[in-house]
Formats: sequence, C-alpha cells, structure tokens
Amino acid sequence: MKRSNTFLLTMLGFGFAFFYVPILSMIVYSFNASRLATVWGGFSTKWYGTLLSNAQVGKALTLSLEIAIISSTTATILGTMAGIALARFTKFRGRTLFSGLVTAPLIMPEVITGISSLIFFILMAQYVGWPSSRGFTTVTLAHITFSMVFVTTIVQSRMLSADRAIEEAAMDLGARPWQVLRDVTLPVIAPAILSGWLLAFTISMDDVVITNFTTGPGTTTLPILIWSKVKLGVTPDINALATLIVLTVGLCVLAAGVMMNRAERRAERDRRLAYRANE
Amino acid sequence: MSEALVRIEGVSKSFGAFQAVKNVSLEIEKGEIFSLLGGSGCGKTTLLRMLAGFEAPTQGRIFIDGVDMAAVPPWERPVHMMFQSYALFPHMTVEKNIGYGLKHEAMSSADRAARVREMLDLVQLTPFATRKPHQISGGQRQRVALARALARQPKLLLLDEPLAALDKKLREHTQFELMSIQERTGVTFIVVTHDQEEAMTLSDRIAVMDQGVVRQVGRPGAVYEFPNSKFVANFLGSINAFEATVSAIGAQITVDVPALGQTVQARAVGGVSVGQSVTMALRPEKITIHRTPVEGANVLAGEIKDLAYFGKDSLYRVALPSGALVSVHAVNAARASDDERLADWYDKVWLSFDAASVLLLTD
Amino acid sequence: MIARWFHRRGWSDMVIGLPYLWLLIFFLIPFLIVVGMSFATRTSTAPPFGFGGENPLINLTGYARLFTDTLYIRAFVTSLTNAAGAMVLCLLIGYPMALGLTRVDRGWRNILLMLVILPFWTSFLLRVYAWMGLMGSNSWFNKLLTGAWNWLVPQAWDVANVPLMHTNFAVVLVMVYTYLPFMILPLYANLERLDPTLDEAAMDLGSRPFAVFRDVTLPQSIPGIIAGGMLVFIPAAGELVIPTLVGDSSAPMIGRVISDEFSSARDWPMASAVAVALLILMVGPMMIYARFDARAQARERAE
Repeated sequence: MKRSNTFLLTMLGFGFAFFYVPILSMIVYSFNASRLATVWGGFSTKWYGTLLSNAQVGKALTLSLEIAIISSTTATILGTMAGIALARFTKFRGRTLFSGLVTAPLIMPEVITGISSLIFFILMAQYVGWPSSRGFTTVTLAHITFSMVFVTTIVQSRMLSADRAIEEAAMDLGARPWQVLRDVTLPVIAPAILSGWLLAFTISMDDVVITNFTTGPGTTTLPILIWSKVKLGVTPDINALATLIVLTVGLCVLAAGVMMNRAERRAERDRRLAYRANE
Repeated sequence: MSEALVRIEGVSKSFGAFQAVKNVSLEIEKGEIFSLLGGSGCGKTTLLRMLAGFEAPTQGRIFIDGVDMAAVPPWERPVHMMFQSYALFPHMTVEKNIGYGLKHEAMSSADRAARVREMLDLVQLTPFATRKPHQISGGQRQRVALARALARQPKLLLLDEPLAALDKKLREHTQFELMSIQERTGVTFIVVTHDQEEAMTLSDRIAVMDQGVVRQVGRPGAVYEFPNSKFVANFLGSINAFEATVSAIGAQITVDVPALGQTVQARAVGGVSVGQSVTMALRPEKITIHRTPVEGANVLAGEIKDLAYFGKDSLYRVALPSGALVSVHAVNAARASDDERLADWYDKVWLSFDAASVLLLTD
Repeated sequence: MIARWFHRRGWSDMVIGLPYLWLLIFFLIPFLIVVGMSFATRTSTAPPFGFGGENPLINLTGYARLFTDTLYIRAFVTSLTNAAGAMVLCLLIGYPMALGLTRVDRGWRNILLMLVILPFWTSFLLRVYAWMGLMGSNSWFNKLLTGAWNWLVPQAWDVANVPLMHTNFAVVLVMVYTYLPFMILPLYANLERLDPTLDEAAMDLGSRPFAVFRDVTLPQSIPGIIAGGMLVFIPAAGELVIPTLVGDSSAPMIGRVISDEFSSARDWPMASAVAVALLILMVGPMMIYARFDARAQARERAE
C-alpha cells in the first residue's frame, strides 16, 4: 500500500513538473537580455518596456475585452435559457433537434465551425447585405454561438441536480411557473450562471481558430495578434506578453480558488456549530 | 486451557491527538461468537480494523492463532471481514464476488467452482448466481457478503454491524441464520455492533466498550445482571439509579437512599464498607407493582405519573413522595381492556423488589 | 395584452425559442451550407463555387479525391494516429496522476486540483508557445535532451541536437500537454467516487495492491477512461493550431488541410468535403462514448 502510494505521488510530481516547467521557462526567458529568445544573455526587463510602448498590443487587448464582454454576456443569456428549456421542459416540438444543436458545437472541430461561419457570413453579405463586412460583428456573433452551448451545459447539469421540491414548494405556495423561475430557480442556479459567464468570457478571450476565420482586416484581437507573431517563431517580447497574461489569469484563478475554499470552510464550520447547538 | 485463537495484548491506537483505542487486552476462544458492543466512536470499529490489518496498532500486539500479526499485511491474514456496507464489487456477479478470494488460492478451477456452489447453497442464493449486486435485495446482498467472506474458510470472521442495514423483521430472522451458519462452519465470529439486543442474542461473550476502553467482558447474562459500572448497566437496557450510602453490613447490606426517602436491603457483596458512597441500581423489570399496601423491607409507595403501553408489556413511571421517579416494567400477562388494567394514571401503587435484584455499583 | 401573454406562455416560448432560433441561424444553417458545398463545383467566380446551372447539381469529385489523392489519405492517417497517440499518452500519464490525487489528503487535494485546472484558464495558444521555446534546437531543454541522448547511445549515433520542432512527435507531445487536464478531470471525478472499502474488501480477500488495482479499481474506472479518452481524441483529431505551429508541414494533419484548401487553394467544395469526411470519422468514437455514458447513467439510477 505504501509503495504504490509512493509511485502515484512520484507520478503526480512528474505530472506537475510537466505542466509547469514550460510555463516557468517561458517566464524566466521573458527577462532575457538577449534578442535570441532561447539563449540566455543576462537579466533584463527591456522586453516589458518594448511591450508597453507597443500601441498594437493595447488596441488588441481592448478589442478582445470588448468582444469577450459582449459575446459572453449574450451567450450567458441565451445559454441559460437553453439550459432551463432542456432541463425543465421535457416536451416541446423539436426538442431532439434542439438538444442536438446544443451538443454539436461542443464536439465540432473548430476548423469546421470556423469555415462554416465564414462561408455563412460571406453568403449573407452577398445575398442579404448584413453583416456587410467581416470584423467586430461577425467575430462577436461567432463567439456567442459557440460559447453559449458551454453555458447551457453548465446550467443544465446544475438544474438537473437541483432539488425539484423547492420549485414545487413555490408553486404550492401560489407562484406561477414564470414567477417560480424568477424567484426560486434563477437564484438557485446563479453560481452556475456565473461560472458559465466566466467560461464563455475565457473562451472568447482565448479563441484563435474561429476568430481567424471570421475576422476581417483591421479587427485584430489579442490572440490573433499573438498568433500572427508566434507563427514566425519565438521572440522575447511575446515571452513578456505571455508572462503578463499567465500571471494575471493565474492570480485571478488563485484568488477565486482561495475565496471559494474559504467560503466552503466557513460553511462547514457554521454547519458544525449548528449541529453542536442542536445537541 | 488451550491457547486462545485471538490474543490482543495492550493494544492502543491514536489518530493524531485522538486516542481511539486505549490499552485493550482481550482473548477470544476458537469457535465463539464474540461481540464488541458500544456507541459510535467507542473504538470498536478501529479495533476490528486492526484485526483485519487495515490499521496498525500504535502500541501493543495482536496474535491470531499464536502468530504475531504486526508484520502481516491484510491480504495474508487468515481473517476475513464482512463490511458494514457489504463492499460488494459492483462490476462482478454474485458468483464472481463469492469466488474472488478463491482466485488467490492454489486450487483447480473445478474445485473453485464447487466451493462457490457450496457457498451459494449455504446462503441460499443459487438462483441469483449470475446477478449483479445492484439487481438483488438488501438482505440478499448481506448474504453474498457473508458467503464471500466465508468462501476461503477463514480462521476468524469479522462482522462490522452485520445487521444494521436491514429492516427490523429481516434483522431478527437474519440473526438466527447467522448463528446457524456459525454453528455449521465452526468459524470464530467477532461482531461489532451498537445494538445491545443484537449483541445479547448473537453472542457467547460480549465486550462493552466506551471511549476506547473495554469496560466489561462476559457472557450476555452476566453483563446484563451483574454490570460492573453505571455505564454498562445503562448501556445494556435501562436502569433506575440513585445515589446511596452504605449504612450497615450484615447478612444483607443496608443502604440509605435519600432520593427514595428510606433504606434499601441488598444482597451481600464484597468490597464495600460502612459509610461508602455507592450507586443503588435496579432494573425496571425486577420491580413488582401492587394495588394494595404490601409488607416488607424493600417496598416503596408512590403514584403512577406516566404509562406507556407496548402491547406485550407496559412501562410505568412512578412518582415517589420525595419527587424521585422510578421506572417499572410489567408484562401484560392477562388480557385486559383499557379500564381494567393493572394501574392507571394517578393511581396510588406500592412497589416491591428482592434484595437480590438490587445492584450496588461503586464506580 | 402582452403582459398576459407573457405570463401565460410567452415566457416559456421565449426561453425555448430564442436560443433555438439563434442556433438554427448561426449553427445549423452554416453547417448545412458546408454539407451542400461539399457537393458543389469549384469555379473561378466570387464566391468560388457553382451549384446547378451549367455545373452538375451533385458533384462528387471532392469525395472521389478523398480516396484517390494520397494527400488526403495521409492527412487522415496522420491525424488519427497523432490523436490516438496523444490519447494513449494522456491516459498513461493522467491515470496515475488522477489516482494519486485521490490519495492525498483533502487540503492538498483542492490545491492540486486547482493546479490541474489552472492551465485551462490560461491561453491555449500561449501553452503551445511555451513548448516552442523549449523545443527549439538552441533551448536548454533541447540541449539537456541532446546531452542525455549522446550519453546513452554509442558515439556513432551522436547528434548536434535532437530534432523536435516540426515533427509529428512535437505535435503529439504538445497535444498531450494541452489536453492532459481533459483526461485527468473526468478520471479523477470517476475514481474519487469509488468506494474505498471495496479496495479493503479485495485486500481482505487476499489481493495484493496491484491485484486490487487490476480487479477492483481499473474495471470500475472504465467510464472515466472512455470519457477522458474521447475528450482528448475528438479535439486532437481536428486540431489546427498545434500542427501549424510545431508540426511537420510536409505531413499535415486534417485540420491544416481543410484550412489550406479553403484559404490558400480557395477550393471551398473540396474543403467542405474533407470537413464532412472528418465529421463522419468522428461519429464512430462519439457513439461509443454516448453509449457508455448512457449505460453509466442507467447503472447509477439503478443503484
């Protein structure tokens, strides 16, 4: 028993080294004075300076944030509706097709989603006239479409695991179905909706493939900017940019994790106190 | 006397600062059903897990059949366990579950199959051999767990709350089945239970545990009728207990019981002296209720405060003039309608009991 | 009027209707266009396809080329083997990690789980990029590997550096790196729910730790293995970013082929035909996954 645990813990150690050594190496090399990105030439923070004076990066970041906020918010509204529909309305016309439509984007290779959206937008521009050109609008529409199904998945599974009796209790106390939704269901699934929004936001901030197909000239999101540079090879200023992004995201996730952990522990302590009070 | 099958010598077990088992020594004979009885957290399950080898004692030694178990891993011990949750493998059929332990035995597959059939027959599950655990009832699962643990013919079978998951009716039936299977196989059973009735019916001997310590070991009758402490007396059935002082020692012992407002005669026992504080204890079924005054030493007068009718018997709570309450258990031997029963609310009654029934507890 | 309609059934019509309509317009129609496009004929017009008129209504040239042109056959084979390789490696690394996670105590476990999920939230592109920095022939990692190789093999096989970048191996390695959490998380969820007393029961019945793993843990974790495997295999087979950045451009994967046919060659019908073929290939593994998933759920309900 002891020996098998040693093996498993060693594997855990290797696994985490595998996860984090490349990222740490990237962070270290962002402080490399040498222009050759992979050869160490002394410590320097000059690439951060170069990065901060680069107006392109700031513009791309703003654009990415704009698209991510608009698309994730819309995706959360639509995705939550779909999740509620699938979890609570067991019978309506076209339900099978609907649940298929909600699952398909999850497993559709991004390339295919990308070219199908692109062809669609080109034909729309030609035959309908809207959206007239590719750019902000088309990217946002595409992001909404493929991130809303992630929200749906989260909301739907939360709804299915929620206690239906509380909804029945609300109905029993005189609430109409839609008031039950507003007063009971939505508050209960609020954490799921929030994590759905966060997921949709990161998916939008992170997307390369679909954005690359649906964007037009002048609309360069941050991942597209990085993508176009990275294709040419490893450069120290990208190391610096990557370090900033990884650290920002890492700290946010860490803070969220610590907060959740603390809330959980507090809830646990309260529960214990309540039990003791009963005894 | 021959060497005991299981010898537990001064075993203690700590989890961090918490001491689950404190210096326990026990000997268990071959072929007996031995119960570890106690409430949750008394250390009985920890003791059982140390016998199975899932926990190592912090101190002390365990011998099974004369062999020190300290260095023997669970899979090499001649001990099998029936888990409280049964722990049946959900991905294996009933047959495969029962045969699982035999896989590690050097025997031909024909012998193995024959042994599985024999076990299926023993627990009457032959028609369910190819079912999966989730396709049979709770009682059947319990029997699969038993058959699986017995298949390898262990020297010792550990049963962790074997009946806890069954409903009341099934529990009674299963108790007798367990006893008959034990008799037929001759395997020594150690049963962990929190249910005193279960322990009393099943066991040859009982060890009552509390806070990691064995408080008393003995045959069920001995532990019930002659508890050595207030804890044991209370844990096995209910008891009336009052503070008392020994006032005289003669052919009988006289104790002064302030709560009853009088003295009580008890059978002579050793180890007490005049002036000593003791607990005078009396089991409710040892008291007789009278509707008319009776003469004698151990007689109390009072009034029925409360009564609970259980069908075969009734429990009366009698208030004495001093305000103390005495519980009395009486069998409803005669059939009676509500208005003709032995005693009713607020009736004046007299209680009598034998000196031999009075327990003097010194802890 | 509107308020009454809303209270009575309008709200439920909206809850179903809006997302439904959205997905119909922005997902189903584009998808159907691609399927239709795969039967169209390439022309030099803008947009570069013809459908009906002087062109045949159903043109199967694209599908025929899938079976005759070795470019496509090789691309499919490369994609499937790379994806399968990544899946197997993820399983070999991820299984012990997931099992290890169930053995560390509660407080540590939450921290370690967060460390598994953390890369999820950081940019996918940057995680690929991090490996580009490691694999280049001048990097410390490559020098380390080269040193180890030269020390291990006879002198005649010595190399100046280990060729990592622009190989299929690099693609598999980076896919393992980026998709490993997809394997660990479902496996962990599965393993964590297993009853530890079953392990004790098996030990009690005479099984050594490895036999306990083989007889009890492994068979019960098959749903987790399948879920994790599919979550790695499906995106890996259609991967575009990783092969573009670190892959061998002379042996492209299918995602790259679709993208190139579409953008560089401007052959929309061919790109669509390859896309449809890729989807058909993926239906198989997905059905296996769905069946296992349904069976696992049915069993859970039965218990």
